[in-house]
Amino acid sequence: MNLAGSIFGSTIGRKIIIAATGVILIGFVIGHLVGNLQIFEEADRLNGYGAFLHQLGPLLWVARIVLLGSVILHIWAATVLTLENHAARQIKYGVKHTIQATLASRMMRWTGVVVLAFLLYHLAHFTLGFTSVATYKENLPLYTMVGDYRVAGFLAVKSGTQVLDVRSMVILGFQQPVVALFYIVAVGLLSFHLLHGADSLFQTFGWRSQKWAGALRKLVIVFCAIYFLGNLAIPGAVLLGKIPVAEPARAAARP
Amino acid sequence: MVAETNSNTISITLRVWRQAGPDAPGKFVDYPAANLSTHMSFLEMLDVVNDGLTLKGEEPIAFAHDCREGICGTCSCTINGKAHGPGHGVATCQIYMRAFRDGEVIVVEPFRAKAFPLVKDLVVDRSAFDRIIQAGGFISVRTGAAPDANSIPVPKTDADLAMDAAACIGCGACVAACKNASAMLFVAAKVSQLGLLPQGQPERDSRVLAMVNTMDALGFGSCTNQYECSAACPKTISHDFIARLNRDYLKASVRSAFKPVSSAAGGSG
Repeated sequence: MNLAGSIFGSTIGRKIIIAATGVILIGFVIGHLVGNLQIFEEADRLNGYGAFLHQLGPLLWVARIVLLGSVILHIWAATVLTLENHAARQIKYGVKHTIQATLASRMMRWTGVVVLAFLLYHLAHFTLGFTSVATYKENLPLYTMVGDYRVAGFLAVKSGTQVLDVRSMVILGFQQPVVALFYIVAVGLLSFHLLHGADSLFQTFGWRSQKWAGALRKLVIVFCAIYFLGNLAIPGAVLLGKIPVAEPARAAARP
Repeated sequence: MVAETNSNTISITLRVWRQAGPDAPGKFVDYPAANLSTHMSFLEMLDVVNDGLTLKGEEPIAFAHDCREGICGTCSCTINGKAHGPGHGVATCQIYMRAFRDGEVIVVEPFRAKAFPLVKDLVVDRSAFDRIIQAGGFISVRTGAAPDANSIPVPKTDADLAMDAAACIGCGACVAACKNASAMLFVAAKVSQLGLLPQGQPERDSRVLAMVNTMDALGFGSCTNQYECSAACPKTISHDFIARLNRDYLKASVRSAFKPVSSAAGGSG
């Protein structure tokens, strides 16, 4: 069998696909969270960051295609394996018993489906503006940069540049309690998904062993807790009124 | 008089999966079993129940068993949803009636997997494991006179680890316990026991590729890293071997894809 055959055509190969795309997606969600936490700083930071990402042009599209491809492969491999797994036991047991499989590991398919639904909503909300149209970034007044936005010391967005007011879009979006709560539940389930996934990928790559499995487990639990709290902070702070929105944006969003 | 509380007998209800043949419909049937010594093994209890059934002119319950001392891997059964019953690191034949409560309903089912077709009642055909072993092939060894002892150096830690893997008795409990009816623990143990030793190196790559491909083709599920298998294994084989199998498979796939083949080599068929 050739290499593509052993990766795409075997159960172990498809699991490696899930793990490898999982690593890419975990890397993305960490970067995404760290970038978004700039909302707690002055408005220049998140708006400058948004403008900087858009300036990347083709590079942004490379990242988007890699991420989209990862999501598709991740779901494809998981779906194929799940169907095969169901076929492997056609007659179920009368008594179902679990010895040590964690709840997170048994809920992967369900948490995965909810996270996908959330992902589609999230893109429709902030990236494409299909929902909450009034507070979509392109329908808000432009934001004028007060200072320079620098990335690793290099000037990325100059002071005085007019950029999209993504910060106000996020704050106005999360001022709707139902939307904010859905975000909180969804990132909670994503953290729960990673509680098994981030641990499991080490086993799939063959790096896990009993010698450090306990330490790895603790590391993954801490990572998932931090990831959840970081994500909880943004809609949480907006709901509690800790992040006010600039008046022009608020006025524009008002019907 | 000895106090009544010291009683060593229990009465249970056995709820057993009865199925006359592979294509016959199956169902659970209850059999009351009274005054059983708690020192009886689970299989002896089945013998007693079967004696009663035979005397009544009914068909006895078919179940697989052989050595009855936990080394052959013939006995199977899922007891109360757990492969090999309530013990840890033991096979069904090493379960004793003292593990159950008086008046308990004990549900006994065959190992459930598409790759283990049912033969009768609690007996399943586990020859799929034999086909995986056959796919593993041979190891290249020098035949002829017995070699000198220790002519091939093997580190003690490697030898111990290989022996841990070699403890697999091929009973199929890993498949029965797995949520996906996956044979990964079995294949991992068999691949690792040779892969860890110098004698297993010449065919290491072809062995892991062939065994995994055969496992997939036989209709076993895949691993979701939940480790039910190692928890149910009567030989407590670690799921660390599954990580080793994953690594071996990936390395062998890459190596076999790029390894040059001699154009002068004959006998490719």
